[in-house]
Amino acid sequence: MGKQRRAEHRLSMMNRMEKEASDTPFAVNKLGRRVPLEVNGIPVVPFKGARGYRPSGVKHGPSIRSSRDYPRSGDKRVPDLTTALKKCGLKDGMVISTHHHLRNGDQVALMALQTAGRMGVKDLVWFPSAAFPCQEPVINLMKKGVVHHIEGSLNGPLGKYCSRGHMRGMGVLRSHGGRWQAIQDGEVKIDIAIIAAPTADPFGNADGSHGPSACGSLGFALADSIYAEYVIIVTDHLVPFPCYPWQIQGNNVDYVVEVESIGDPEKIVSGTTQITKSPDRLLIAEYVARFIRDAGIMKDGFSFQAGAGGIALAFVEYLKEMMRDAGVKARFVRGGSTKYLVDMLEEGLTDYILDGQTFDLVGVESIGSHPNHVATSPFTSYNFHGKGNFASLVDAVVLGATEVDINFNGNVVTHSDGLLLHGIGGWQNCLAGGCTILAVPAFRDRIPVIVDEVTTITGPGELIDVVVCERGIAINPRRKDLLRRLRNSDLPIRPIEEIQKEVRKLLGGKPEKPRISDTPVAVIKWVDGTVIDTVWQVPE
Amino acid sequence: MGKSILDRSSSARQGSAGRADANTRADLLVSVYGDDSGELIQDIQSKVEALYGHSIRKTVANALAEFNFTSGRVEVNDRGALPFVIRARLETALRRAGFKGDGLVRRIRGKRPSTKRDRLRRSRLYLPGNEPKFMINAGLHRPDAIILDLEDSVHPLEKDAARLVVRNALAEVDFMGAERMVRINQLPLGFEDLDVIVPESPDLILLPKIESASEVKQVHRRIAKIQKAAEQEKTIWLMPILESALGIENAFGIASATETVVALAMGLEDYTADLGVRKTLEGQESLYARMRLVNAARAAGVQANDSVFSDVGDIAGLSASAHRSRGMGFEGMGCIHPRQIEPIHEAFAPTSNEIERARKICDAFEKAESKGLSVVSLGSRMIDPPVVLRARQLVENARKAGLIH
Repeated sequence: MGKQRRAEHRLSMMNRMEKEASDTPFAVNKLGRRVPLEVNGIPVVPFKGARGYRPSGVKHGPSIRSSRDYPRSGDKRVPDLTTALKKCGLKDGMVISTHHHLRNGDQVALMALQTAGRMGVKDLVWFPSAAFPCQEPVINLMKKGVVHHIEGSLNGPLGKYCSRGHMRGMGVLRSHGGRWQAIQDGEVKIDIAIIAAPTADPFGNADGSHGPSACGSLGFALADSIYAEYVIIVTDHLVPFPCYPWQIQGNNVDYVVEVESIGDPEKIVSGTTQITKSPDRLLIAEYVARFIRDAGIMKDGFSFQAGAGGIALAFVEYLKEMMRDAGVKARFVRGGSTKYLVDMLEEGLTDYILDGQTFDLVGVESIGSHPNHVATSPFTSYNFHGKGNFASLVDAVVLGATEVDINFNGNVVTHSDGLLLHGIGGWQNCLAGGCTILAVPAFRDRIPVIVDEVTTITGPGELIDVVVCERGIAINPRRKDLLRRLRNSDLPIRPIEEIQKEVRKLLGGKPEKPRISDTPVAVIKWVDGTVIDTVWQVPE
Repeated sequence: MGKSILDRSSSARQGSAGRADANTRADLLVSVYGDDSGELIQDIQSKVEALYGHSIRKTVANALAEFNFTSGRVEVNDRGALPFVIRARLETALRRAGFKGDGLVRRIRGKRPSTKRDRLRRSRLYLPGNEPKFMINAGLHRPDAIILDLEDSVHPLEKDAARLVVRNALAEVDFMGAERMVRINQLPLGFEDLDVIVPESPDLILLPKIESASEVKQVHRRIAKIQKAAEQEKTIWLMPILESALGIENAFGIASATETVVALAMGLEDYTADLGVRKTLEGQESLYARMRLVNAARAAGVQANDSVFSDVGDIAGLSASAHRSRGMGFEGMGCIHPRQIEPIHEAFAPTSNEIERARKICDAFEKAESKGLSVVSLGSRMIDPPVVLRARQLVENARKAGLIH
């Protein structure tokens, strides 16, 4: 069978990779970063510029199935996860995928991997759409050999484990859109997708906006449901057919498993999202809103994207007031939906919310009831290997970063000491927007955020237009149009080098270069699957 | 903080300063244990080891050399403190352990002229003297003044530590054009504050709980003495805070005690406590005190400044309160959060109607003067000299606030 050969092949590749790690060939990519040409035994292409790489070939597809092999009653339930995994032919070296819509409340990913461990399999590749601190026990599974490595965002303890060189394979970090691209293009072939579903029916239709563990959209699991060889739905809220809306369609689903609970509702969505109280962050948020207004972006029918970070939430509050004053209405806002975006929808300040993930209870209620609060997926929003995507239609995006350099390259994955601590999320994909704004403090305690050269390039400077910090607003010199439009503004528009110099003086001079080895532990993929940078092992 | 207090009481050769809890930011904990072993052990840990480890070690070594600390143990747990904080904490710990040396301060800002006597003082932002993290970006919020506070926001056992942080901040932090004020402690403790901070040339000293002109004069004399020793000439302004019934009764004498008094400030928390009444939002209970203060200030030719508005979340309430203040004749208020600055500036700014009318009055006066007329009229109304004076003042204030050019 194809999938068994594939798993065996991958295993042998991984073993070879471990033996020959020191022989990994490298190349220097278009941004001058040294990147491996092979990752976990699979050849990869170095970054060729934001829009420089043209793919070829046909999309990946799972094997053709027949209804004759599925119950006519539509009832695909099996007693438990072990049975489901067994029926899916779980084997050593398989790729197991999960989604992160249940965020830090998720219990299903760990449940699945631990069950696989008890069934005695080894060397699995865990392919989550993102990992959270609650999944720290996966470190034990890696130590035991159940999980070989993780391809996905590596947060907190998992990132540290990888950074210290403890993971057997190399980490592969992708954006939300890049994950869809990798699955669709067959870069990652998912053997078994395990989809936690807040509501589902016995046929496998599933929805995220209802049920005791409601989380809003299930968009991150959509690619997995379409392209995986086997799909298992795990739910704690089974309803009779039909479960509607059916963001995940049962026609792609092999088995349905009912469990007591898929997650801790308190940690899935926050009861309320709080706006930052930090005066410096509020100042940054205010600058961002004024910039969007004064640059002429805030006009009838415009659109913007806002996350749930402290500054992003606060900027929406400032912008809202400016929109009211000017009598301006947005056509759509993209989120990260929260109470603050829902308020805009209810007040008529926007026609639509296009929702990628839902952060608080008000957001979940709204997506489940308001016809213009629309669940999206990484396919519609972000997939670069499609016939366009929504990200490039957004007029202004406000994003964070751990570092940004004087060439406007941005880093969101590592800290200045080299440790891998965050995932990419939709960050890279959002850079396709009309005006991309990084809203960041100029420094955190004694750690500079605006630097000579970012530790890890996650997004190229050619796509980052504006850096807003508490000490001023730096416009990328490429954006002559923005510089022109803001020429007479009373906003503190300053060259980025000037802000960097000021901060450097304040922090006590040029920082030392952190000790980082030349052993690669992870790669950062660009939205087109090319390798934009490498994460290197950091000695203890 | 708790740890340093305990350590200090145990032995004269031991001292610690600062703090390093899990959520401490931009600060550090320094502990020194002097002994006669002849061995110097340094345990230095920092959140920013990878970026500034060498620099921190160098700072520590220089401090130990300055204070002749050659034998014993030094522990540093740094949570991303800036250099001026590291030096202040090292010095505090060493002094607490009984070591002597010159102050670890770097005067990098050069000579600073006095601020203008009648500059705008609409907002003055309080910064707790022992919390360096709030000082670093305070100037960004564009208050007319910042106050490095050594009094109520500093624990009684941390006064010495706060003094050195404030001293170093005065010397090294860029407050971006805000007037640099320090609130010292009540006398006689306040004299010790003056000894440490006056050489760093603050622009203005706030004197808490002042009840008589003689207290102001004592402060004035002490400043003169310190400045003479340091060979400094800069005029340092004084702003007495009246916070008691007696202080209010002596308002005029206090306001005219010395040439260097530029403003009186109201302290409502202590004043209402002194009266034994509840402080209300409307402030009826302090109406007399505030009017009396404004009147005394005017009579002495100094500014009148109002108290603080303590509900940081209530911006509408703050705005209303500031408007009432301006209506009573106050020219500014204290701020306890940077977000209060803008609403206060708005409230104390003259409206565009007021500015327009004042300019018309000034124009009419100038015209009348050039024609040699003794009576000024605008339309059908006669304009008295005090009206002209007020109009000129308003136009001047509007210019200072950047409302007209």
